[in-house]
Amino acid sequence: MNRIDKAFEDLKSRGEKALVGFVTAGDPNISASVEIVTAMVESGLDILELGVPFSDPTADGPVIQRSSARALKNGVNLKTVLDMTRTLRKIARIPIILFSYYNPILAYDSGTFYADALAAGADGVLVVDLPPEESIEMTARWPGDALSLIRLIAPTTPPERMSRVASSASGFLYLVSRTGVTGTGGLDTDDIRKQTESLRAVTRLPICGGFGISTADDVAAISSFADGVVIGSAFEDLIEKNSDNPRLPAIIAEKVKTFKEPTKQRP
Amino acid sequence: MNPFKIGSRPDEKGHFGLYGGRYVAETLMPALLELEEAYYRIGPDPTFQNELNELLHHYAGRPTPLFHAKRLSLRLDGASIFLKREDLAHTGAHKINNTLGQALLAQWMGKKKLIAETGAGQHGVATATVAALFGMECRIFMGTEDIRRQAANVLRMKLLGAEVIPVASGTGTLKDAMNEAMRFWVGAIRDTFYVIGSVAGPHPYPVMVRDFQTVIGKEAREQIRKQTGRLPDLLIACVGGGSNAMGLFHAFIDDPVSMVGVEAAGKGIKTGKHAATLGAGSVGVLHGSKSYVLQDENGQILEAHSISAGLDYPGVGPEHSLLKDRKRVRYVAVDDARALEAFQTLCTLEGIIPALESSHAVAWAMVEARRRPKNEQILVNLSGRGDKDLGIVTSHLR
Repeated sequence: MNRIDKAFEDLKSRGEKALVGFVTAGDPNISASVEIVTAMVESGLDILELGVPFSDPTADGPVIQRSSARALKNGVNLKTVLDMTRTLRKIARIPIILFSYYNPILAYDSGTFYADALAAGADGVLVVDLPPEESIEMTARWPGDALSLIRLIAPTTPPERMSRVASSASGFLYLVSRTGVTGTGGLDTDDIRKQTESLRAVTRLPICGGFGISTADDVAAISSFADGVVIGSAFEDLIEKNSDNPRLPAIIAEKVKTFKEPTKQRP
Repeated sequence: MNPFKIGSRPDEKGHFGLYGGRYVAETLMPALLELEEAYYRIGPDPTFQNELNELLHHYAGRPTPLFHAKRLSLRLDGASIFLKREDLAHTGAHKINNTLGQALLAQWMGKKKLIAETGAGQHGVATATVAALFGMECRIFMGTEDIRRQAANVLRMKLLGAEVIPVASGTGTLKDAMNEAMRFWVGAIRDTFYVIGSVAGPHPYPVMVRDFQTVIGKEAREQIRKQTGRLPDLLIACVGGGSNAMGLFHAFIDDPVSMVGVEAAGKGIKTGKHAATLGAGSVGVLHGSKSYVLQDENGQILEAHSISAGLDYPGVGPEHSLLKDRKRVRYVAVDDARALEAFQTLCTLEGIIPALESSHAVAWAMVEARRRPKNEQILVNLSGRGDKDLGIVTSHLR
């Protein structure tokens, strides 16, 4: 059993939901980034999403756009992210998911990426601009299915399409909790609850909600029906505001604890 | 497997051979599937076609003339140059052909709002124009650098009632405007129609924009046969995203006619400051489709450069990538200096002020005309007029 499936199984047995945290690799710089993630893991993060910076992040709001731009300025590329994954794997046992746009993977070579990502200790990949219609060209170059393929389900995804997307996914499903780009605010928990229910009908994969989640109350609301929550911009916002603060890892660690607590509620 | 036949519709996933497709986040997929279904159903509808043709004729001023540039041809002492005068279409460029088509489609689909990206501002003006015509709300995304160098078009869009949204991210040019328009669309997908201005972007945009621009080539083909009794020997058009070129080329794709697409060499290919995506790029994915792009070895998209804002784009329409690989079209590049020279030449010899984009095509036509015999004919797409470029040209000629 891979780390992602195992993580959800363990959480279930403890009566908890998953806290999935996104950070852009190499922001504010590579060594600080490793320290931040280490602090997150020590504070109870369940799954890490490590963002591969891209020059044209069309699915991301201003906070992650800026973090991506800072990482690129630091010379971070897919190879750097894989190196960072290798470092993190030595200190963390939680699942690591690489979050990327397709072009960096295409330029790296999809087949080589599969082998190198697994060797570095990654457990899954989410390629934000690669819907099921186009992903065969990537997975056809994968010799196996050891690397989970996390997929997005959007509020605009109609029910008949949900099963198609879900059936080509593994690990978990990332339910986009609002129509829009990544960022904080604008969350409609009733909508996402309904969407989660329709999704349950077509999949047995765990469902995590993300996009627009920024408070512990949001986490509590989503945790009451989903299997986990994904938080990105709220962390990146703190990283941006405290980039020169030596206490940055501790500040992020506090935030992780704040978000983790409401995932422990029992229904 | 049979190879993809050039000139035909893309396959069911929107691929032209290896290129095209829909590389977008899931949030956009349902909207693109809805748009494809609507376009393939409504596009061929005779009532839709009639409405569009009426608008193209009575509103946009089509057909645009085909003009034999005799003084220019005489000066070059070679082949005859004919100009397809898209600069004379309403709003001063070929962009109106496409925006009328897409806005009409938006109306048929019941969408109330339009958004668009723009580089030089021509597509933005053409979208703002049709939004006013149909009484639709309109937002135009434009890079801050382009807003600076195309101030006249910004004013036009505002006069037409559109909101111009400055995009400061990246280099503040067309690529960034398109990123921001896509982001906005994701959040407004239920009531908003995104009018893409070129044969780029995710399927069905490349085929839809091509279809709406094909009127250029259809008219030109008929006009040159009427005027000279035969088909031209060579077609020339500038290529940024590639809509005016595709619009001209498509009607001739099965004819024994050579074609050249002219990209912007900016300050020179060797300097790295250029927009020669097909000439110096490699295959990648940008803005929802697979095509040639300007990128580094890590798959990060590079900045493009051209004196012409409309060509200043590190991507290109996917069908152009196929036409390049199949060698049906030859792609060359003309630098800023030669484009400026052609701009001046056309002004003084023919009394036509061309857009800097179109000046790239004129510059290459001058090269070809000189080396070809007098009985040959070159048809150039004069895709737009140059009034918007007077500030840039003045500063360069000083």
